[in-house]
Amino acid sequence: MGEKPLLEMRGIRKVYPGVRALDGVDFLVRVGEVHALLGENGAGKSTLIKVMTGATRRDGGEILLAGKEIWPGSTKEAQEAGISTVYQEINLVPTLSVAENLFLGREPRRLGMIRWGQVKKRARAALERLNIKIDVNRDLGEYSIAIQQMVAIARAVDIKAKLLILDEPTSSLDAGEVEQLFGLMRKLKGEGLGIVFVTHFLDQVYAVSDRITVLRNGKLVGEYETAKLGRMDLVGKMMGRELAELEYGKSEARVEKKGQALVVARGIAKRGSIEPIALELSAGEVVGLAGLLGSGRTEVAKLLFGIDRADRGEVRVEGKAVKLRGPREAIRLGFAFVPEDRKTQSIIPELTIRENIILAMQASRGWVRAYSRATQEKLAEKYIAALQIATPDGEQAVKNLSGGNQQKVILARWLASQPRVLILDEPTRGIDVGAKAEIQKLVLSLCSEGMAILFISSELEEVVRVSDRVAVLRDRRKVGELSGADVTEQAVMRTIASEGGA
Amino acid sequence: MTTMAEERAARYSKRRGVPRLVWPLAALGVILLFNFFFTPEFFRVTMRDGRLFGNVIDILRNGVPVTLVSIGMTLVIATGGVDLSVGAVMALAGTLAAVLIGLHHWGAAAGISAALGLALVCGVWNGFLVAYLGIQPIVATLVLMVSGRGIAQLLSGGQIVDVINPGFDYLTKGAILGMPFAVYLMAACFIVVAVMTRKTALGLFIESVGNNPLASRYAGINERGVKMVAYIVAGVCSGLAGMHVASEIQAADANNAGLYLELDAILAVLIGGTSLSGGRFSLIGSVVGAMIIQTTRTMILNKGIAVESTMIVKAVIILVIAIFQAEKFRTLLGRMLKRGRA
Amino acid sequence: MKKLAPMIATVVVCAILLGACGWRYGHDFLSLYNLTNLLNDGAYLGVIAVGSTFVILTGGIDLSVGSIMGLTTIIVATLVTKHGMHPALAIPIALGIGAVIGFVMGCVIQFFELAPFLVTLGGLFFARGLTFLISVEGIEISSKVSPAYGKLSEMGYEFHIGQQTGYLSGSTIVFLAVVVIGTVVAYWTRFGRNVYAIGGGESSASLMGVPVGRVKIMVYTLSGFCAALGGVLNTMYKLSGDPNAGTGLELDAISAVVIGGTLLTGGVGYVPGTLLGVLILGIIQSAITYENLISWWARIAIGVLLFVFILLQKVLTGTTGLRRQLQK
Repeated sequence: MGEKPLLEMRGIRKVYPGVRALDGVDFLVRVGEVHALLGENGAGKSTLIKVMTGATRRDGGEILLAGKEIWPGSTKEAQEAGISTVYQEINLVPTLSVAENLFLGREPRRLGMIRWGQVKKRARAALERLNIKIDVNRDLGEYSIAIQQMVAIARAVDIKAKLLILDEPTSSLDAGEVEQLFGLMRKLKGEGLGIVFVTHFLDQVYAVSDRITVLRNGKLVGEYETAKLGRMDLVGKMMGRELAELEYGKSEARVEKKGQALVVARGIAKRGSIEPIALELSAGEVVGLAGLLGSGRTEVAKLLFGIDRADRGEVRVEGKAVKLRGPREAIRLGFAFVPEDRKTQSIIPELTIRENIILAMQASRGWVRAYSRATQEKLAEKYIAALQIATPDGEQAVKNLSGGNQQKVILARWLASQPRVLILDEPTRGIDVGAKAEIQKLVLSLCSEGMAILFISSELEEVVRVSDRVAVLRDRRKVGELSGADVTEQAVMRTIASEGGA
Repeated sequence: MTTMAEERAARYSKRRGVPRLVWPLAALGVILLFNFFFTPEFFRVTMRDGRLFGNVIDILRNGVPVTLVSIGMTLVIATGGVDLSVGAVMALAGTLAAVLIGLHHWGAAAGISAALGLALVCGVWNGFLVAYLGIQPIVATLVLMVSGRGIAQLLSGGQIVDVINPGFDYLTKGAILGMPFAVYLMAACFIVVAVMTRKTALGLFIESVGNNPLASRYAGINERGVKMVAYIVAGVCSGLAGMHVASEIQAADANNAGLYLELDAILAVLIGGTSLSGGRFSLIGSVVGAMIIQTTRTMILNKGIAVESTMIVKAVIILVIAIFQAEKFRTLLGRMLKRGRA
Repeated sequence: MKKLAPMIATVVVCAILLGACGWRYGHDFLSLYNLTNLLNDGAYLGVIAVGSTFVILTGGIDLSVGSIMGLTTIIVATLVTKHGMHPALAIPIALGIGAVIGFVMGCVIQFFELAPFLVTLGGLFFARGLTFLISVEGIEISSKVSPAYGKLSEMGYEFHIGQQTGYLSGSTIVFLAVVVIGTVVAYWTRFGRNVYAIGGGESSASLMGVPVGRVKIMVYTLSGFCAALGGVLNTMYKLSGDPNAGTGLELDAISAVVIGGTLLTGGVGYVPGTLLGVLILGIIQSAITYENLISWWARIAIGVLLFVFILLQKVLTGTTGLRRQLQK
């Protein structure tokens, strides 16, 4: 672990209209360390990174790189100064070759002509140095996300980066690939690079980082040595409140519901997406789907909702075999699906709250018979009140709501369609703690009213709290199922980590 | 990031549809006011042989094709698409009607029905390419934009086909209560499409699909079907417009009928406040937009300015409006205004 | 290797068409003379199509090329015949005007983030309107008025291979030069690679330091220039300026590019493919003449072929395209 300062940010301020995104934040990365930058959504992580990489200018404070003040005005300027970033969605060009991706914009030339021989030779050398063995002539798009990520890192390193920012690089990698990436990070750290590591996987923070800086609400909470900060302490610092505040009992009175399972999926699979999986959902029961990102959780949801078509296996609803050819068939059978990406997959931003709420209902009724305006308004009012959606009335465009309220509108959309089976994919992601607790409570109460719920979340603690049973996924297959008293975080983690699976 | 201006706008536009119409109506008002002062007898309407005559009536009647096409185009643009083939479909439908009625002596009603049927098929074709094959709307409709006129030429054998048929003539020359029949036709088309979209859930679905196709699909909307309907309506509206043009000149000209009308239609839709990126649409806005275009054209004719220059004027207007609608421009403008205030 | 598939399809289609025509119309069709003639007839379209190739490689589209070409023919014809200007001055002026229109469209597209189709459609009408303002009638450029022009148009290169004689007109030589330069620019210069990078992923390219705005503006400028150059070649081919010249030519140019194996979504394609695309269009045109069909059949045939290639691209990029859509 180095001690020599590499990047020093002092008193950074950034104000957006109506929001103080960063308020006097200090951040220090030393030579040869992996520094985790943590915080909940809205803590200011991404703004701080944007300031570092020149994607946005700071409104105050100073940034020193290797002792010299810098003022990056664009990602290019930051790169030239020695700060490179690798993002979660890989920012390379899939239709170009690996070699080109490494040297785009800085190809060696003679008389204005690109020297392809040089490009390829240097590309091979750059990759070899990082022990990445791939053919540089092939298109980048032909390789896995993990390899693409490493190529992105190789590019950053080759640009003579002193500071490497990895913004949620592991989100779409499997465990082996993550290990490979960590190996690379340790190697680079040994060569004297400073690495800023942004992630939401606490395990990974402890596996690879030397220090941790925690932000909350645009302010610095503190900088800690990883080895000296306990997990519970870390979570407490990130959340800014005691865990106890979130605690409320599982609806104890969840009674015997073990009748016939409502939905039985047997061996449904889709090649390249998910291995055969069996799943049962019963009325009045919450089944959790746990696993790391990329373990196939969303894929299961998409199969059940008919978005992807299973190429094997069968699904029975109330004992009858059904064909899920698309969302409309699924909805007809009483399914509802709240997808993980609110912005692209669920809200219709320009439409009003009322219109967003009645959408699924109206869609299953068909276009000919529209619900009357009065009916629509009554429904909207009902759900705005029931879910405590913060808005003056139902005629506001959904895009003007906060994330948590948007999610409630989407929940209202599906509740209005009176489903029997509710599939929730990361329903609490990116929303504030208060709304999160409300949504969790709502799930439990819906369940006690007899709905069958499939609850997907990357937060173990949440899955465990809400679910009666938890199916654990790893590497696109189901590796175990826990129920009753076995549903604990430790048990789920053990299952994820277990060899071979159940 | 929502700016304060946006929030304010959101507050004011609570009763949607109304404030967005203000601008096009104001523009139309300004143009009419200009004519009131500077064009003698612009508003004079006289009655001769039981028919109304005058500039205003001419504008209404001559504005029928562009209005019809704009109505269909509105729905297509609202789904996030665009139909470049409307002019070609007009030519195609007009030519078929002329060939059937003029050469094969079909009755007017039969010929017109067949031609509208063909226009509908064109709409189905475009809709199929866009909705089911997932081809970009510009590219998909470009295929028909040119080969459509080619097919029309084939039908007519490369000739201009004359149609002399009282029934067919009635489309543009007939009048009811003094008002040209075409104006009733236009009003009927508007009412049918308005009822079809606003009294059912179709309009909601179109706006939803245009605004976020993926989310609409996940909500159970048949987004392909919705797009299909939009292109079919555009096809049929273009077919009707083609009938009007053919009836007007009593002939079908596969080369020139509806030439460049796609720009007029897109322009009318944009003026009417429907965004090119899809989503919220306003049919009445598009009609007002079409009337603005027609009034401007009549004005230019009256003033003796070269007709050719209208093309340049329109090109400039369309760009200016598109720029004003562009997200980028609005944020730039907002920033400039703020800086000015500070 | 998926990248090569459309290009292979292009070569196959070209070979099949040549074979079929040779079989049906006799060996004369495959004679050197006839083949070079196909090029001579398509030269102006080819030059324009090379410009469009770059635009389409960035993922954009330029609908104004036909109008710019028409405008150029009228400008050259007017300057040479009515103002007695020497072609050596008139031609550069016309080329400059084309480039400026392209430049302005590129700036509007870039700065206001508007859809290229809309802006270039505006450009289409603007250029055509301007053309009609200058002249509603066609203008003949006779060698009497401008001997220099007559001489220019007669320049060409005759050559022999075995007993066969081939003839390349001046326009064709310009066209071939444009293809060669275009190929070199596309493959061996940073500008060219930036064009591919933008088409493959604009935001990524931007984050990797590609000056996206500058490259896009340059591409539309280039396309405007090529359209104007095509117009100049057209005046040599027809010895006249025609205000209606190039009506609908944008579709021919786009067709040639797509049939030549360039992906309409951008990022993948080859400039020499466009040469083949132009050749294929030429073969179709002359086959229609051989069959004594009305010329409108050619339009329909091209439309069908374009459609087939769009479908092929859809199949090849289907999965990745969908993935990209989902990521948005």
